[in-house]
Amino acid sequence: MALIEVRDINKRYSVGDVEINALNGVSLDIEKGEFIAVMGPSGSGKSTFMNILGCLDRPTSGRYLLEGSDVAGLGRDELAAIRNRKLGFVFQGFNLLPRASALENVELPLVYNGLPAKERGERAAEALKTVGLGGREKHRPNQMSGGQQQRVAIARALVNNASIILADEPTGNLDTLTSAGIMELVARLNMESNITVILVTHESDIAAYSKRIIRFLDGRILSDAGVVTT
Amino acid sequence: MMDIPSTIKISLRALRANKMRSALTMLGIIIGVGAVIAMLAIGTGASERIEEQISSMGSNLLMVLPGATTSGGVRMGAGTQPTLSTGDADAIRKDCPAVEYVAPVHNGVAQVVYGGQNWSTGVTGTTASILKVRDWPLVQGRPFTEDETRSAAKVSLIGQTVVESLFGGINPVGRIIMIKKIPFMVVGTLDRKGQSMLGQDQDDIILIPVTTAQKKLFGASFPGMVRIIMVKAKSAGDMDAAEKQIVELLRQRHRIGQRQDDDFTVRNLTQMMRAAEQSAKVMTLLLGAIASVSLIVGGIGIMNIMLVSVTERTREIGIRMAVGARTWDIRMQFIIEALTLSLIGGVVGIVIGISGSGALSALSGWATAVSLPSIALAFGFSGAVGIFFGFYPAYKASLLDPIEALRHE
Ligand SMILES: Nc1ncnc2c1ncn2[C@@H]1O[C@H](COP(=O)(O)OP(=O)(O)O)[C@@H](O)[C@H]1O
Ligand SMILES: [Mg+2]
Repeated sequence: MALIEVRDINKRYSVGDVEINALNGVSLDIEKGEFIAVMGPSGSGKSTFMNILGCLDRPTSGRYLLEGSDVAGLGRDELAAIRNRKLGFVFQGFNLLPRASALENVELPLVYNGLPAKERGERAAEALKTVGLGGREKHRPNQMSGGQQQRVAIARALVNNASIILADEPTGNLDTLTSAGIMELVARLNMESNITVILVTHESDIAAYSKRIIRFLDGRILSDAGVVTT
Repeated sequence: MMDIPSTIKISLRALRANKMRSALTMLGIIIGVGAVIAMLAIGTGASERIEEQISSMGSNLLMVLPGATTSGGVRMGAGTQPTLSTGDADAIRKDCPAVEYVAPVHNGVAQVVYGGQNWSTGVTGTTASILKVRDWPLVQGRPFTEDETRSAAKVSLIGQTVVESLFGGINPVGRIIMIKKIPFMVVGTLDRKGQSMLGQDQDDIILIPVTTAQKKLFGASFPGMVRIIMVKAKSAGDMDAAEKQIVELLRQRHRIGQRQDDDFTVRNLTQMMRAAEQSAKVMTLLLGAIASVSLIVGGIGIMNIMLVSVTERTREIGIRMAVGARTWDIRMQFIIEALTLSLIGGVVGIVIGISGSGALSALSGWATAVSLPSIALAFGFSGAVGIFFGFYPAYKASLLDPIEALRHE
């Protein structure tokens, strides 16, 4: 049983009279501990695919098994619980709470997990240390560089021991040097903690950190240049 | 589930981020709660004042006045024709079983002098029963006796205002005062009763025997004439029976035929006061209800600001949903935020309402009374307003689509 099993997924949007098939029969398996880069031109369905994997959205048809259980029939709150415990998100625009400190941002998933305040603080501080931001607990997002903000976002994705990190163009807003730092951090987490990483990027040198590259075109998988062990 | 302290912390931070806006939103609640407290204080104050007056007037009180209420279809003012006498008063006491005490009253205004002091006051000719009828104890001395009443003795009981005006610090009992230049001995002083419902000073009074008043001070159109007969029924339940018995007896004594109207009027004073008390309570309710409208307007202000806040913070809501906030986590966050606004506003409003009603009674002289239940009511009401008007924005926020919320700029 693979960590993620996707079978013949379709996602259709209708805007007025026009029907858009954002995903057209996508099927694939992802094993625990993989490091996958998702590539493809703009509008090819990468973000749509990531949102479905991240339980933020539901496919129009097809099956999505996460750790062997079907996600399709789950309600809003059950999906929220899965996002909270199993998934961590890293976005292009960081998506941190602007008025909250780094520590409070990292704590957020633990708040919704119902952890007591003391334990939350300890685990969040630990996660900040892991991403190299020990001592910056009190900083607000606007007091940090883009690279540092993205590290806070990664700490937030890690803090609840997520088994999968989903990153949609995490280096899209960062310069080359900072991007490399972020990618090294992500690669280290994948190696050392065996966290599954699925990452969307346009740049081949970013994709080079991964072990498997999936290329999308017009909502279909164009190529899957990796080794799938079944 | 998210814990309450974290939720409150988040709410306070959001409210602090827009201080001016939060303060203005609270102002609506502050005014509403302040108005509710002040209006209830005015109403409660009026009720309490009436309650006091009822007990100062004496309980189970009936008043018999000369003259008909209606006379052949023409309204006649009660008390216009002299038709009542001390004989009527005696008969009521003897023949009406529901009556406990009877006191005839023949009164007027007279100049009173003691030493160099001069005072114009109400002089009431009556019997010692008046003290029973009106539940009016003496502070010093004794009531006048039946002998003194029969013999038209020149004795008097004086009220506290008269004591203060004429005697200053001296003990008045045993002294001689001049009423219309006639010497009267002071045999006792009356306990303080305060203002009447019409604002009269009930302590500005001198009681003398009714016979003395008739023969020596105010005269009488016919022998034994009195202006009023005060009656105390045996109990509250006997009031109606007493009234009926008095009417029957007086019709007989005054020889009034079947078709003729009464030449006297019986008033149930206690009932009148209760009616006044009732209307004060209704007034309290009305004032409170009107003030509540402003509290509801304040609540609409909260709803308005919360809706704006939800729109402004759509992205924040998306982030929270992405990391695992459930429907009720989001809902609670915004409800608690609305509740925080309304409760802080409520507390400030209570303080302002209390000091406002204090200032009002100082300026206008109205009696106001801030009651604990009214504070609890206003506080509870402001909380309910927060929850009620916070719910819709919170509900809207909780139904946002996480992806669209995250994309929101
Ligand atoms: N909410 C939506 N409503 C309508 N069309 C959408 C929506 N989201 C995405 N699409 C369309 O679906 C297609 C795939 O979009 P997306 O997954 O964002 O592409 P990518 O991330 O690869 O650039 C695009 O044609 C886009 O316009
Ligand atoms: Mg995209």
